[in-house]
Amino acid sequence: MSALTEDLKNRIKAYLPRYPRKQAVVLPALHLVHDEMRTVSNEAIVEIAEILELHPSEVHDTMTFYEFFKTDGDKLGQTRFWVCRGLACMLRGGYELLEHCEHKLGVKCGETTTDGRITLEFAECIGACDGAPACLRDDVHVMNVTTDKADALLQQLQLLN
Amino acid sequence: MAFEPTLLARTSKPNSGKLDGYRADGGYAVFEKTLKDKQPLDVTTQVKDSGLRGRGGAGFPTGLKWTFLPKDHPGPIYLCINADESEPCTYNNRILMEKDPHQVLEGIMLSSYAIRSQCAYYYIRYEYGDAYRSTQAAIDECYAAGLLGKNILGSGFNLDIYMHRGAGAYICGEETGLIESLEGKRAWPRIKPPFPAIEGAFRKPTIVNNVETMACVTQILRRGNDWFKSLGVPPDPKNPRDAGSYGPKLYTIAGHVNDPKCVELPMGVTIRELVEKHGGGVWKGRKAKSVNPGGLSMGFADCNLPLKGEDGKTEYDIPLDFNGPGKIGCLGLGTAAITVIDDQTSMVDVLHNVCQFFSHESCGQCTPCREGTGWMLKITDRLRRGQGRREDLDVLVDVADRIGIMPGTTICGLADGAGWPVKTAIRKFRREFEDAIQSGSKSTYAKSLQLAGAH
Repeated sequence: MSALTEDLKNRIKAYLPRYPRKQAVVLPALHLVHDEMRTVSNEAIVEIAEILELHPSEVHDTMTFYEFFKTDGDKLGQTRFWVCRGLACMLRGGYELLEHCEHKLGVKCGETTTDGRITLEFAECIGACDGAPACLRDDVHVMNVTTDKADALLQQLQLLN
Repeated sequence: MAFEPTLLARTSKPNSGKLDGYRADGGYAVFEKTLKDKQPLDVTTQVKDSGLRGRGGAGFPTGLKWTFLPKDHPGPIYLCINADESEPCTYNNRILMEKDPHQVLEGIMLSSYAIRSQCAYYYIRYEYGDAYRSTQAAIDECYAAGLLGKNILGSGFNLDIYMHRGAGAYICGEETGLIESLEGKRAWPRIKPPFPAIEGAFRKPTIVNNVETMACVTQILRRGNDWFKSLGVPPDPKNPRDAGSYGPKLYTIAGHVNDPKCVELPMGVTIRELVEKHGGGVWKGRKAKSVNPGGLSMGFADCNLPLKGEDGKTEYDIPLDFNGPGKIGCLGLGTAAITVIDDQTSMVDVLHNVCQFFSHESCGQCTPCREGTGWMLKITDRLRRGQGRREDLDVLVDVADRIGIMPGTTICGLADGAGWPVKTAIRKFRREFEDAIQSGSKSTYAKSLQLAGAH
């Protein structure tokens, strides 16, 4: 059985005309697979490599460089919640916020809550310093996050369908 | 006379990102006129003569960079837009992309026309989801309006713009790291030469330009060089190599201020004015101890250190043009993003945060950087846990001095940027670091060292 659906494969292939070389589609393909499947399994790597006419090790090499994609055996929760630890956020309570979220969720950075709802991460400066301390909800900035605001937000994320 | 913002002129309007609003404000008129009336070389010449210097950090003259492309190249030639904006405490490009994406796109169109590129890759960091979506929506509007695609407005000029999302790695902001990442490889910077203008993306001639630089190109073509040169600081007559600091600049203010925000001002505003007048002053009624003048890589200013020969002025009073920060031992203007550190904050904690960032973001290609940034993190972690040793400060400076392009031990400038804040912090705040070592006091943040990854 194929790891990637036909639809997903087609969405990867749709990127090919944009670039003179197929390898350039590695990052877009990884994002598509990661967003949908919440991980990039070894089987998925092989299938991405087939589409892009690469050796699986080339896809794996690029993927692991970024330390952004969850690899075989590891999986993102429904929401990925990043707390910024950049200097601008640290100066305005970012470290305290990160620790608060770890306690609240009962996980360490990089881990997912047992109900599979939230993966907590630290982020290097996310460029939201005008709203420090700031967080990312998947790829959307949340600004001026007090501990109360974080609690409300995490609660909301745990109730998402 | 009060300064009227141009780059940010539209950002507070409702639906500022939409094509019809942009057009109602005169948008794309200069692009249409340029396609009709100007040759590509005319645009390059105008941008070169305007004195525009790249807004990404290095300040290289934009038009000059364009002239490094091979003459009469059969193509393809690529334009890459560097929207990786990952320099800590910097967010000016994000504001432009979220609030006025068409201003940036028009600059990309004009620049592509100038360098005869038919394909621009817009490399944007993953963390800028809203900016990605607003820019992609603006690109879609342009295709629908015939401003992108084949034979634009009957001129025979073709242009495609493709967004390409990163995956959370600072090194992708280095221009050859960006190119490698775009090509689908690990983002290891390339040895130069060849420079990208000769051999860049997909081994073709490539220009990499910053987002704010593109917005400046739009305004230069629209308002002319006299306008651009009426703002900022002319070249220092005593320095024949100074290209001047012309034009408006987006400054971002972060850290311990009452009102952190992005403001547009003519180049050359002082740190003091930015903090006191535009940032609402230092928060909680405190005083500024140190300011990072342009992204962490640039190092630190000591707000209480008097400037030699300038009565009553301190490093707080330096102008933020391309030359100002260099005069107090900082690396340069960088991204013109200032971060204010108040007098209640420990520089040990600040420096640990800086070292943590660079250790995490060193790409691992060059040993001196990979190992050196890790050593600096371990030493600063020791300092904040109250276990510092007398020799640690000298070891830190020694490591910082030996990693980077300047000492000639690495391929890219990440290590120079990692070393600079260490050197400047320890030189300017040595007493504070020595006291921390002597007293063995422990930082409130001190925990066991979190293992850093290698990207």
